[in-house]
Amino acid sequence: MKQHYKSWGLYPPAKHKNVIKLHWISDIPDLSRIETLVLPYGLGRSYGDNCLNNDNTLLDTSGISRFIEFDKKSGIIKCEAGVSFAKILKVIVPNGWFFPVTPGTKFVTVGGAIANDVHGKNHHTAGTFGKHIISFELLKSSGKKYICSATKNTELYKATIGGMGLTGLILWAQFKLKPINNAYIDAETIKFKNLDEFFELSEKSSKEYEYIVSWIDCTSRGKNFGRGLFFRGNHSSLDKSELPQPKPPKRLPFPFTAPAFLLNRFTLKIANAVIYRSQLKKHTKGIKHYDPFFYPLDSILNWNRMYGKRGFFQYQCVVPYTDGGTAIRQILECISKSGKGSFLAVLKTMGSVSSPGILSFPREGVTLALDFANHGEKTRKLFADLDEIVKSVGGALYPCKDACMSPEMFRFSYAEWKNFNKYIDPKFSSSLWRRVNKEKE
Amino acid sequence: MKNILVIGATSAIAQTFIERMAVGDNKLFLVARDKDKLSTIKNDLRIKKNINITTFILDVNDHNNYDSMFNTAKSYLGRIDILLMAHGTLPDQKECEEKVETAVFEFGINALSIIVLCLKAAKIFEDQKFGLLAVITSVAGDRGRQSNYIYGSAKGAVNIFLQGLRNRLTKYGVSVLTVKPGFVDTPMTAHLPKNLLFSKPEVIAKGIVKAINKNKSKEIYLPGYWRIIMFIIKSIPGKIFNKLSL
Repeated sequence: MKQHYKSWGLYPPAKHKNVIKLHWISDIPDLSRIETLVLPYGLGRSYGDNCLNNDNTLLDTSGISRFIEFDKKSGIIKCEAGVSFAKILKVIVPNGWFFPVTPGTKFVTVGGAIANDVHGKNHHTAGTFGKHIISFELLKSSGKKYICSATKNTELYKATIGGMGLTGLILWAQFKLKPINNAYIDAETIKFKNLDEFFELSEKSSKEYEYIVSWIDCTSRGKNFGRGLFFRGNHSSLDKSELPQPKPPKRLPFPFTAPAFLLNRFTLKIANAVIYRSQLKKHTKGIKHYDPFFYPLDSILNWNRMYGKRGFFQYQCVVPYTDGGTAIRQILECISKSGKGSFLAVLKTMGSVSSPGILSFPREGVTLALDFANHGEKTRKLFADLDEIVKSVGGALYPCKDACMSPEMFRFSYAEWKNFNKYIDPKFSSSLWRRVNKEKE
Repeated sequence: MKNILVIGATSAIAQTFIERMAVGDNKLFLVARDKDKLSTIKNDLRIKKNINITTFILDVNDHNNYDSMFNTAKSYLGRIDILLMAHGTLPDQKECEEKVETAVFEFGINALSIIVLCLKAAKIFEDQKFGLLAVITSVAGDRGRQSNYIYGSAKGAVNIFLQGLRNRLTKYGVSVLTVKPGFVDTPMTAHLPKNLLFSKPEVIAKGIVKAINKNKSKEIYLPGYWRIIMFIIKSIPGKIFNKLSL
């Protein structure tokens, strides 16, 4: 039953000297006595090397996963850092509460969601997950514990939100939920023909719709360039009696690691065209359970195997939207020309709600996220080109999706990196952290 | 509706067992030594399951406290349907060989405390003429090996004790279930290098629940293939066995 600790993109490979499973927050082993550097590891949903600690030690937090307090009246919940969003949903939804912010998979831990300051389809109204954290407790390798909040140990609070697990071990966190009437979403899907239509829809929808996200066909060129599907929705206000009978969600495992040749320029184009045409009408409306609305890919367990043994990259950038989306257009053109990319390309406008995290990724503008099968140098070359565009407009890359960015690109994306260094626990490090801090040879 | 008493409730196997049993109208009475851990489990279950739970702090080395524990349990649960004993340690064999105190102490936890608790429980079950007593022992009790024979002999003593108890209680309609897990990936075995023979505590808990639901009164191996492994190990002739470094 040997467990392998990988990242979601299955790249880069890492060998850990040791993995320490944590079981009780009242009984954490003395971190200062561990010979190597350590890094907390939750459910391994970071794509690149942000959750890996090659040649060093991982602290597996999936065992510190207990609820501590849940006030059903005020919607404030306190739980240990290793509790998954999936587990929390089971407890809160039947009581009429939902996450203030949720990422696109429920198989993440609360600790991981803080460390990567995750965002979701409501970034334009709610900001990041870190924004809703009331407090958390941080254990330093010195053995000292700090309760951090916006008013207590504030600097550590700001450094830990988005701090990639480097400031210490989060033991528990407390956050505020949002009230809902039921488990359903009034969901709409609208086809858009090009980026102009996308920007127009985003603009029009951002006030009236809490959740907005788009799928974009990243292989389309010519007159189809920039086409996609625009998803928007709000929590349903219907009474329980008016709701459809809930169906148990289906879970299909992705049965094997697919051979890499299955994904090529040709099959990608077909897959994207099929997704675009899966909806015939221009505009559809309906009521959807929260699970398929927020977590469509969670129904296929281990979908990450579809990119083959060499794994894959995800590229997620955010660029300011000041110039009518020129940068996003350039990025998409660059990708569609390359014939790479995949059928999982996501486009979203981000709002101006700021996060407490000093190293937080989300910022006002447009974010694009998409997968790329690992074709080695060719893929890296494409990323270097994309980086240049992102850089030219003052954008940023997202560390928890990344396995490639250069130290320059990291420092460019995170102006506060020097300030952040002060709060890193000397015993903590990660593969990503060592990579983006490598001096030029 | 089942009334369940768990001793050693903070052990990894007990926790997953409790999680499975914390459903419907079941009532749980959880016993463990560590106050913080016990209240951690209680809060977690209360939030997740909305179920009746009471806890009791007991150090199994303190035999004088057993009666008060059983009395509290009885007054809370009324009838005891299921009693699971899951506490134990994995002693450092070398240290036990060097220090008599350690050997005696470890044998006390892993054998004597269980035997005494079972004797007290047996009286309750006899009066009830009903119930199931499940004790987690180990495959290590099947044959002594140089690497852990203090642990093994304690588990073996309990195995034989339970055979006798089963013999005694059968006529009262009380079941005695001896659970012999193989290697389990728990905090107790955290320091051991893991291999393919290690199971998750969930697997063991699932097997225990299944056996309890069938009201089994016998020895079971979990996972089942350990019956074959231990059959082979027990069949190795002494001459050969003694030359092996097991």
